[in-house]
Amino acid sequence: MTTMLAEQELAQQEVQEEYVAIRVQDVHRIYQLGENRVHALRGINLDIAKGEFVAIMGSSGSGKSTLMNILGCLDRPTSGDYFLDGVNVAQLAKKELAAIRNRRLGFVFQGFNLLARTTALENVELPTLYAKLEAEERFRRAKHALEIVGLGERFDHFPSQLSGGQQQRVAIARALVNQPSILLADEPTGNLDSRTSVEIMSILQTLNDEGLTIILVTHEPDIAQFARRVITFRDGKIRRDEMVTDRPRAAEVLAEMPTLEED
Amino acid sequence: MKLIEILKIALRALARNKLRSALTMLGIIIGVGAVIAMVGIGNGAQKEVQDRIAAMGTNLLYVSAGSVNKGGTRTGAGATQTLVASDVTAIVREAPAVANAAPSSSASTQLVYGNQNWATTVTGTEPQYFDIRAWDMARGASFTDDDVRTAANVAVIGDTVRQNLFGNANPVGQTIRAGNLPFTVVGVLTAKGTSGMGGDQDDGIYVPITTLQKKITGQDWLRNIMVSAKSQQESYAAQDQITQILRDRHRIRQGDPDDFTIRNLADVAELADQSAQVMTMLLASIAGVSLIVGGIGIMNIMLVSVTERTREIGVRVAIGATEQDVQRQFLLESVVLSLLGGAIGILVGIGSSVLITYVLHWSVSVSVLAVGASVIFSTAIGIAFGYYPARKAARLDPIEALRFE
Repeated sequence: MTTMLAEQELAQQEVQEEYVAIRVQDVHRIYQLGENRVHALRGINLDIAKGEFVAIMGSSGSGKSTLMNILGCLDRPTSGDYFLDGVNVAQLAKKELAAIRNRRLGFVFQGFNLLARTTALENVELPTLYAKLEAEERFRRAKHALEIVGLGERFDHFPSQLSGGQQQRVAIARALVNQPSILLADEPTGNLDSRTSVEIMSILQTLNDEGLTIILVTHEPDIAQFARRVITFRDGKIRRDEMVTDRPRAAEVLAEMPTLEED
Repeated sequence: MKLIEILKIALRALARNKLRSALTMLGIIIGVGAVIAMVGIGNGAQKEVQDRIAAMGTNLLYVSAGSVNKGGTRTGAGATQTLVASDVTAIVREAPAVANAAPSSSASTQLVYGNQNWATTVTGTEPQYFDIRAWDMARGASFTDDDVRTAANVAVIGDTVRQNLFGNANPVGQTIRAGNLPFTVVGVLTAKGTSGMGGDQDDGIYVPITTLQKKITGQDWLRNIMVSAKSQQESYAAQDQITQILRDRHRIRQGDPDDFTIRNLADVAELADQSAQVMTMLLASIAGVSLIVGGIGIMNIMLVSVTERTREIGVRVAIGATEQDVQRQFLLESVVLSLLGGAIGILVGIGSSVLITYVLHWSVSVSVLAVGASVIFSTAIGIAFGYYPARKAARLDPIEALRFE
């Protein structure tokens, strides 16, 4: 037991020294669906350093969503270790996982997932409620997060009064409000037109430039190009892992894009 | 998450579906309202029965002639001839718990006045009878002890008899015929209404006991003795004392049964009280069933709500809600529903009680106990019927929940 703890401590130190945000070691995930065993992840090894911007690609069923769920502490690996900021998350209790999701991780979804009939500001405030912050601090942080995504003026709008791009920006503000170290974006541009998609990528690039680690799942190659590193999944395994050369700046691409007549 | 924040979320979720929330609450409102109104009606009825019995006199005891065993053949009640006038004086003299006593025997008779006639009961007694029963004269006065001594043909008539024979005329001083005997009406009793047993107490005339015994029945024994104890508390002591006195006087050997029976009105009052209580319980439990139905309504709506908000639950879990947070959110929603419904139900219950009092003229008394119990019960229903849906919400797999369409 003591040796195991010592080993773990050593491992944690090592991880911290290397400035690694995420370390996934030999992770398997097997689902039991009735009689069938679905081997969704077949031994994933992955290190993501702090400040990286990683795009994960792959067809549906490739295991990228399963990995995303594990990285997001919504699911646990069947076997293997997952270190998040040096802590082996695979061994934590549900309540501790909730706290990690609340404070260290930010989620952005394809379908925005904002609460209807709740103002933008209140949507953004939501994670701070679970962080048990005081009302004043909650308001200050939510307002600030909305300003970061350029929606400072529309804090009292309801989701139904906002465009898709604006809704996704509210969702990004919500993900940022508790100042997480990692942002997980699951096909954040999947429901958006190409111009708005680039807008969103521009925001993500800016956030990444300021030091936020971002992991993005997408199946659009031109969206993946905005990241610094692209990992491709197939059949539960990492098939390719390469750095992006000639990364385009979303803001520049946006300037060159033709504006649509109406918006 | 802080409880007050969860409460805010719950209130907003309910406010979002106002009609649905209102309809769900309606079940609890009706349930609680019904419980309070029903218990109110039951309590009111109980009080009324108590009042009527108290008006009859809860310190009263009826001594009646009992059955007798003649060579193995037992007669029915009232067949003994051992209860006599001297027993009455002995009871008053010897029983310390007894305030007063009066004999009474009765017979059926046909009354005639002018062209009117009326079949009724003629009761022979002594003047103190009216004191014992706390029965006042509306007109005239009671016959006197002299009338008893001389077996005078005088009568006091009940209000029903007055109505049937005299209408609005003054009967005092008039002469009526009972069978073949003429009687001068000396007094008219105030109306007493129906007795606790349902008989019309005003349908009868009262004459001196001696007149009845000598001129009508020809019997010198008594059917009943009416006794008043000094207080309701002493009525059981009086019962024991009378039993002893009468057994001595009638020379009943140890072990032989009494040849008389004593009915204690305190017993009757207790019995009536009990039956009123049973009725209250019955009404309350019927109303309670509707409260449970209301609870099921809450559970139903909460289950729908959990399904509808599956994605919301997924989002909340993803951004850091614990199972406990989610469970509390939904539990609080159902508790707010039932508690709010309970509060409105209390007002509805009190309101309808007041309405019943004014419109139907029933006496309804709202009990604080029923109100308190309703609050506790509706909260309990909120928790009991909200628990399962809340648990279901808390146990949702966030990955599935986020994917839910």
